[in-house]
Formats: sequence, structure tokens, C-alpha cells
Amino acid sequence: MSELTIPLAPPVRPERVVHLDTLGAVGDAARPLGPIERLANITMVRRLAVLVVLGTAWEIYARIIANPLLFPSLSDTLEAFWDAAARGPLIDRTLTSLGVLAAGYSIGLALAALFTTIAVSTRVGTDLLSTLTAMFNPLPAIALLPLALLWFGLGAKSLIFVIVHSVLWAVALNTHSGFMSVSPTLRMAGQNCGLSGLSYVILLLVPAAFPSILTGLKIGWAFAWRTLIAAELVFGASSRSGGLGWFIFENRNQLETPSVFAGLLTVILIGLTVESVIFRSIENITVRRWGMQS
Amino acid sequence: MTTGDSGVEERSRTSAVAPLLVVDDVTLQYKTAEHLVTATWRVGFEVFAGERFVVLGPSGCGKSTLLKAVAGFMAPVEGAMRLAGRPIQRPGSDRMMVFQEFDQLLPWKTVLGNVTFPLLVNRRMPRAEAKQHARELLAKVNLTRFEHVFPHMLSGGMKQRVAIARALAMEPKVLLMDEPFAALDALTRRKMQEELITLWDEVRFTVIFVTHSIEEALLIGSRILVLSPHPGRVKAELNAHHLGPADLGTPAFEELHRRIHDLLFADRIETELAPETGHV
Repeated sequence: MSELTIPLAPPVRPERVVHLDTLGAVGDAARPLGPIERLANITMVRRLAVLVVLGTAWEIYARIIANPLLFPSLSDTLEAFWDAAARGPLIDRTLTSLGVLAAGYSIGLALAALFTTIAVSTRVGTDLLSTLTAMFNPLPAIALLPLALLWFGLGAKSLIFVIVHSVLWAVALNTHSGFMSVSPTLRMAGQNCGLSGLSYVILLLVPAAFPSILTGLKIGWAFAWRTLIAAELVFGASSRSGGLGWFIFENRNQLETPSVFAGLLTVILIGLTVESVIFRSIENITVRRWGMQS
Repeated sequence: MTTGDSGVEERSRTSAVAPLLVVDDVTLQYKTAEHLVTATWRVGFEVFAGERFVVLGPSGCGKSTLLKAVAGFMAPVEGAMRLAGRPIQRPGSDRMMVFQEFDQLLPWKTVLGNVTFPLLVNRRMPRAEAKQHARELLAKVNLTRFEHVFPHMLSGGMKQRVAIARALAMEPKVLLMDEPFAALDALTRRKMQEELITLWDEVRFTVIFVTHSIEEALLIGSRILVLSPHPGRVKAELNAHHLGPADLGTPAFEELHRRIHDLLFADRIETELAPETGHV
């Protein structure tokens, strides 16, 4: 075949020049999407749909096994939840937990800010932070609870100590790695604009590293919340006003399983709210708006 | 285009006055993980106010490093640099830089916010006044409609125009441009080159422009410093003030293009013949 083929000789064709007047025939270059497609693009709507499916599955399963002592249905749980919230101590307990959490979280953030500022300004600081995070990040905060109880006694102080520990390293690690990954061009542009010292950190490094900082804040929050509930389960009994962990522990002792579920549901609800309302709104008005995260 | 004539005027007017920037036999070195690299070796030149001074050379001639040194990001190991008589010691907003990379804009600020940023950081003027000033410059680079847009929504050419507006808003003594159009597509690049010349005609700033394209050097520059690579040394300093975008393809343009090409090409042969002296 190859010996017989004629070499390719494309024909010489007439030229053409088109005069483009208006877009009339094309219509709008951009057309709006349909309502269902736009609704499906809202993350909140999709998440809610998943929740509804999971809730239905729970209800059906609980009714099939019909053993409210071991596995109460969703409706039982919601009833107990409503009961505890309206008449019982649930809201009180939740507020206590959130108060302790807020204190621990903010102290942790302040310390993390201090550590990372020192770490970016000196090489010794970087080494110090790297070594400390390498040592303490793998150490579960709850493992420090016995020591904290020894140092600070039973009460909020010990809880705050373990929360600070769980927040500090996660936030410091992420913030620092975020600072390190700011592009050299952006750094030079910032210095060129006249930034130096603290203004350089606050006006350039922090916003430029904000995606990493936000990740650190989210991880720190998740660690802190879990640590707090776990810690309250251990010694909530001895403090005068217990938190959510204590609420769960108390109800389990009284075999009020629906209330135990209601307590767990509260833990989940708060977790979800912080994650998908608070952090998501922060993301929407910052990193997403800036095109730094899709 | 009137750049040819005005360039001549500019020279005859400034030749009596002192140069704005003096780079006096500057040797620049930087360290990589394994080497101490000499980027430029005893490079000296002078830039006068209003000049479009192009630093031209192949990759490895230290032209970007030289510009970073003028910007104050690194200190020379030998020689001195003086801007308006004062030694250059640290980065400063009297030498605003436009980088090649598009990520030089602050992604968390709008176009307007990016242009006002250095004005506000340096407390050059109150916020309202800074906004007004920034809007005037954005109009000059044809970005008025985009002042509330965040940088990630802009095309590469638009980002570079914002960076130019931001730099000019500070009214720097000298504008430093490090291959600002190198990452753009060919059509946009040509448009930006012409816009820069138009802007210069309008505003009359002093600019040091680094490039590795001979054509760009001829289009942009009023004076061209040709550097040889490994390490960067001055090969020639040529006049191109009589050439502008309108002269593209004329015999004068082609002749100077060939002359510079030969200068750079001769250099390549030298390095190939003696590779052991090529690196320091």
C-alpha cells in the first residue's frame, strides 16, 4: 500500500473573510441556568437532602428492631431532645460547654498567633515551633487530662488547659505552613509596597495564608470540641455545673437512652452548625470570594 | 507615534543634568543549596530621568537579579547603587516593581484596593484621595469598569495592567519592570507594549525594563543595555530612542535587531567553546 500511495497534496481553496456585525443570530453569550440546576448548586440544599435521607433510614431501622432501650428511633430522640431543651437542663449544659470551649479556643488562638509570629521572624523561632508541634501534635489532648487535674484540680481550668493544647498545635502548624507557602513574588510585592515587620505579617502574610489558617481553625475547632466532650465524660460528675458530656453520662446511668441520643444529637448539631454555617460563611466572604479556594 | 522625536529631545535636555540612577560596577552573588552563583560581574550603567532603559540579555545573564538589587531585595557584594544621590539599601516605594508573575496582586483586594494599597500603607494620602488617584490611573490603563473585581477574575494582561497602575500610582522615581509581558500570549503582549509606550508619552515616567526579547527591547527602549551570560557583564549600551512600535519592520529596526542579535550570538559561541569558564 505504501508504495502505491500518492503524497498528500491538499487543494488550494478560496479564502474567506466574514464581516461580523451583531450577535443577533447567536443570542446571549451567557444564559442563566434553570431553577433546579441552580438549587442543586447550593451546598446547603444538597447537605440537607443527605440529612433527610439519613434521618429516614434511622427512623425505619429503629422501628424494625423496636428496642428503645438500646436504639431509640429518631422521633423518640427528637422528643427527648425537645423535652430536655424545654424543661430539662440541656440548654444550660450546652451553654456551659460552649463557654469553656470559647475560653480555651481563644486562648489557644492567641498563643498560636504569638508562636507563629515568633516563628516567621527568626530562624530559632521556626525551629522551636517545628520541634514543639512535632512533639505535641501527635499527643492526644485527653491524655493530658490526668496531669491537668493534678495541676489545676477538678473544674473549668483543667478543661481549658486540654482544649488549649488541642487547638494550639493544629492552628500553629497550619498557620506556619501557610506563611511558608506564600509565593516569593507576593512577598516581594508586599515589601515593595512598603510593608515590614508586624505590618508585613498582618497585612500580607495573614491574608495570603488565610486558606491554611482557616484549615487550622477548623481542625483546631474539631479537636477542641471532641476533647471537651470526652473530658466532661470523665469528670463532669464532680463539677457543680456539668457540660454536655456530663449530660450524656448522667442519662446513660439512668438508662434514659433517648436522652443520651438527644445529647449526642446536640453534640452533632453544634458541630454541624459551626462547620457548615460559621466556617462556611467565613469561607464564602474570604477565600472563595478572593478565588484562593474553589 | 511621536516617541522618536521626543526621545531625542529628552536626551539633549537631560544630558546636562546628573543621572537619576547610578549603578557603579556592581557584582551580585546569591547562594543556592550547593553553589555560590555570581549573577552579574562589575556591571555599571546610568539611567536618566524619563529614559526607557532596557536591560537585555539571554537567560542567566543576571538581568532579573540586577533589577532585584536596584529594587533593594539584595545587596551587591561589590560596587554601589545610588538613586538620586542616595545609596539603595532596602526595598522602598520610590522604586515600584512590576513582576512577570501574575500573583503579584493581592488576591484579597479588589482592583481598586490593590492600587490604593501602597498609597495607604505609606500614608501617602487619605483614603478618599487615594481612591480618586487610583481611579485616574485605572482609567489610564483602561480598567475603569473593573475596579470592584477581584484579581482572580481578570485575564493575565489585565492583571499586569493593574500592577502597572499600582506602581505608577506611587509616582516612583523609577519604575522597575521584570519581563512584565513574558507570560502573556503574543497578541496581548504586542498590545501591552504599545499601551506602555502610549502611557509613557502621557505620563513620562522613568522605567527600567528587563527582557530577553530583542524585538521588545527595540519597541520599548530608548536605550538598551546588552548583557552577556554566566556571569552577566555589560556587552554594549545602544540607543533605540528613534525606534517605536511604528518602526517595526523598517530597515533601521532590522539593522539594530541584527546588530544586537550578532552581539548575543557571538557570546553564545564563546561560551560553547570554553564551557569551563562559563560558570563561576
